[in-house]
Amino acid sequence: MDLNAGPEYVSFRKEVTNFLSENIHMAGKARTPVRPSKQELEWQKKLIDKGYAARTIPQEYGGFGADSDVLKSRIIAEEFSQSSIPLGMANQGISMLVPTLLELGTDEQKKSWISKTISGEVIWCQGYSEPGSGSDLASLQTKAVDDGDDFVVNGQKIWTSGAQMSDMMFCLVRTEPDAPKHKGISYLLIDMKTPGIEVRPLMTMTGHAEFNEVFFTDVRVPKSQIVGKRGEGWYVANATLTHERGMLGDPNQSATRLKEIIDLMQEETFNGEKLIDNPVYLDRLMKLQARVLSMSFNSLRLLTASHKKSDAKMAKLIVKLNGCQLNHDLAGFAIDLLGELGTIYGKSNHDHGSGKWQWKFMFDLGLIIGGGTAQIQKNIISESGLGMPREPKPILEGKK
Amino acid sequence: MEFALSEEQEILSDSVKKMLSENIDIDLLRNHSKGDEGIRENIREIVVEMGLPGILISEEYGGSGLGILEASLIAEEFGRYAVPTPWIGNSVMAPTALAFKKGNNLAEKWLPLIASGEITACVALTEAVGKRSNTGLELNNSKVSGTSIFAIDGELNPRIIITAVDQELILIDTENTGVTICEIPTIDSTRPVVEIIFDSVDIEIIPGGEKAIQKTINVGRVLLAADILGASSNMIEKAVEYSLERKQFNRVIGSFQAVKHMCAEMAADLEPCRSLLWYAAYAQDNIDEEADLLSCHAKAHLSEIGQDVARVSTQVFGGMGFTDLLGMHYWFKRIGLSRQILGGPEKVRQEAAKIQGFLS
Repeated sequence: MDLNAGPEYVSFRKEVTNFLSENIHMAGKARTPVRPSKQELEWQKKLIDKGYAARTIPQEYGGFGADSDVLKSRIIAEEFSQSSIPLGMANQGISMLVPTLLELGTDEQKKSWISKTISGEVIWCQGYSEPGSGSDLASLQTKAVDDGDDFVVNGQKIWTSGAQMSDMMFCLVRTEPDAPKHKGISYLLIDMKTPGIEVRPLMTMTGHAEFNEVFFTDVRVPKSQIVGKRGEGWYVANATLTHERGMLGDPNQSATRLKEIIDLMQEETFNGEKLIDNPVYLDRLMKLQARVLSMSFNSLRLLTASHKKSDAKMAKLIVKLNGCQLNHDLAGFAIDLLGELGTIYGKSNHDHGSGKWQWKFMFDLGLIIGGGTAQIQKNIISESGLGMPREPKPILEGKK
Repeated sequence: MEFALSEEQEILSDSVKKMLSENIDIDLLRNHSKGDEGIRENIREIVVEMGLPGILISEEYGGSGLGILEASLIAEEFGRYAVPTPWIGNSVMAPTALAFKKGNNLAEKWLPLIASGEITACVALTEAVGKRSNTGLELNNSKVSGTSIFAIDGELNPRIIITAVDQELILIDTENTGVTICEIPTIDSTRPVVEIIFDSVDIEIIPGGEKAIQKTINVGRVLLAADILGASSNMIEKAVEYSLERKQFNRVIGSFQAVKHMCAEMAADLEPCRSLLWYAAYAQDNIDEEADLLSCHAKAHLSEIGQDVARVSTQVFGGMGFTDLLGMHYWFKRIGLSRQILGGPEKVRQEAAKIQGFLS
């Protein structure tokens, strides 16, 4: 246990804060899935040049190429979070595909895709879930049939965020229909402009279409676009699911949100009293602060473990479940602070910024469900973390 | 930077665990709760033999000069085994109070005796956190009178009592006349607390003033949080173990998702508490400006999560959890006491808010 930063780190933090104060006006704001603007692309390039984004990705693939340094990564994340600025682009291509290609891609694939992905030139969407295959993802039915130099893909994907503006999709398809369900899946990189792909927006409870359905009709995908071997897609995908769960429930996001809530409590009044002076709200704030701090220290533990290449076990398994619930609860608290004004979701003279909190409150509920539902997370925690057995398969009476 | 236990810390924690697993079981807790006082003496001897009372005390006074994090790791194991022996007051709060100002006479006199285990020290700071009616101390002509309740580690005829009056820490040698100590019957039979009545007793002032009082309370809170962490970990572990043995509907109950999800929720709530506790304990020795706030958060948050774990893990045992047969209630009650002493969750969160300037 040593949280002391050496002089090297003190000056590194200074470098980061200086960079932020000089360049904050150039920062892109949007993290929602819209195609990055020219300004955001430039910002991303600047961040990679400084090593604040794509920090450990080798230079030959367009990254900064630094050695893994737990404390420096932490300093960057903290300072960006303090300034309420997104730490570069966050999309599924960067957070999920790139780590997968680095681990399992061919040289050719790494060279073709990593650089363009981290720069924001190529945007990816994820094609995993299907209408009939949610928690039981391995039962997926979208099939890819071997035909000469290509696979021919037919089927449907759902919950595809950003599909309408993506160039490419990393996608799970069934290539070996006769193999056991986990062994018949392959991992394909599909060009979204290929004929036969249709994207339909999926309206959610937030009133927006953050996700899509994607339909495939005789879509031809060159065989060179497979990552890993045929039938090994499940294992390739699992490498990225771990990355996704690390991304969902990011404690820096919770810390930023808590800071915004404290600002809100200092600005808003009710019956002439500042909300920050109300002991009942303060008690709730303190409860949430303890949770935010716990998750943030938990992430220090994970950083140290990953640096030492040791397994953080339970500390890692709980991140998605806890982090998403915590973010949802934070948004819910902000809404309660605004009371009846907290329900405003549209243009109004009485709007005190509740729209943002309501959107988060609802969208975070989506995140509690997505990326492996809370129920599935609890199965994983109890099975992998506590050594409890899988639920036995029911015996279906009246069926064969 | 490294946010992990060192090899030495792991070894310390393992060796304490090994000692406790060899010496403490449910029958011992039961006999202790029935009043077998020989048990206290026996456990105390083993703890002294391991050199644990001197863990925080500097080497010049015969201790091992370790920190609050190490003391917390021991407290976690004491919580895991519900150990009936003085620890938080005697070995952590008292040495912290005495050593607050380096090289004072009282430290020189008493710290070596605490380290060697020749005496025990009781800490009576309940009223410094918050006074109930009919309690509190008064100073008249350098003599103290009054009542302090829920004092920690007063069960083995403590030679000294450390308490506070008029924003000063004071020390009372119990060989002086006018001190009466009696145990308060609480839910927790594993860890006695006492009431002390002072009738015009001579005192000595421990240097350090309000800051020393605050620091002593801080470390006490962190250590109580560590005890809750250990007790809660044990309850989850035992609940999972039981769920893999107990069968209903021809299956172990641990294969039902209803039971698995209860266990997963407990584990998911408790695991980040470990990170919070490590940080809070480390801050006490290394990050002055965060020490007050983090001790509040550790105490309040572990109290809340500990209570949930105590309830849900008892439910996993079904009817057996409610009986005396398995004895899980010893941990349920130990967590219940830790939650309230040195400030319950609401009181401690109020302090956390004040520390940040939110409440005037």
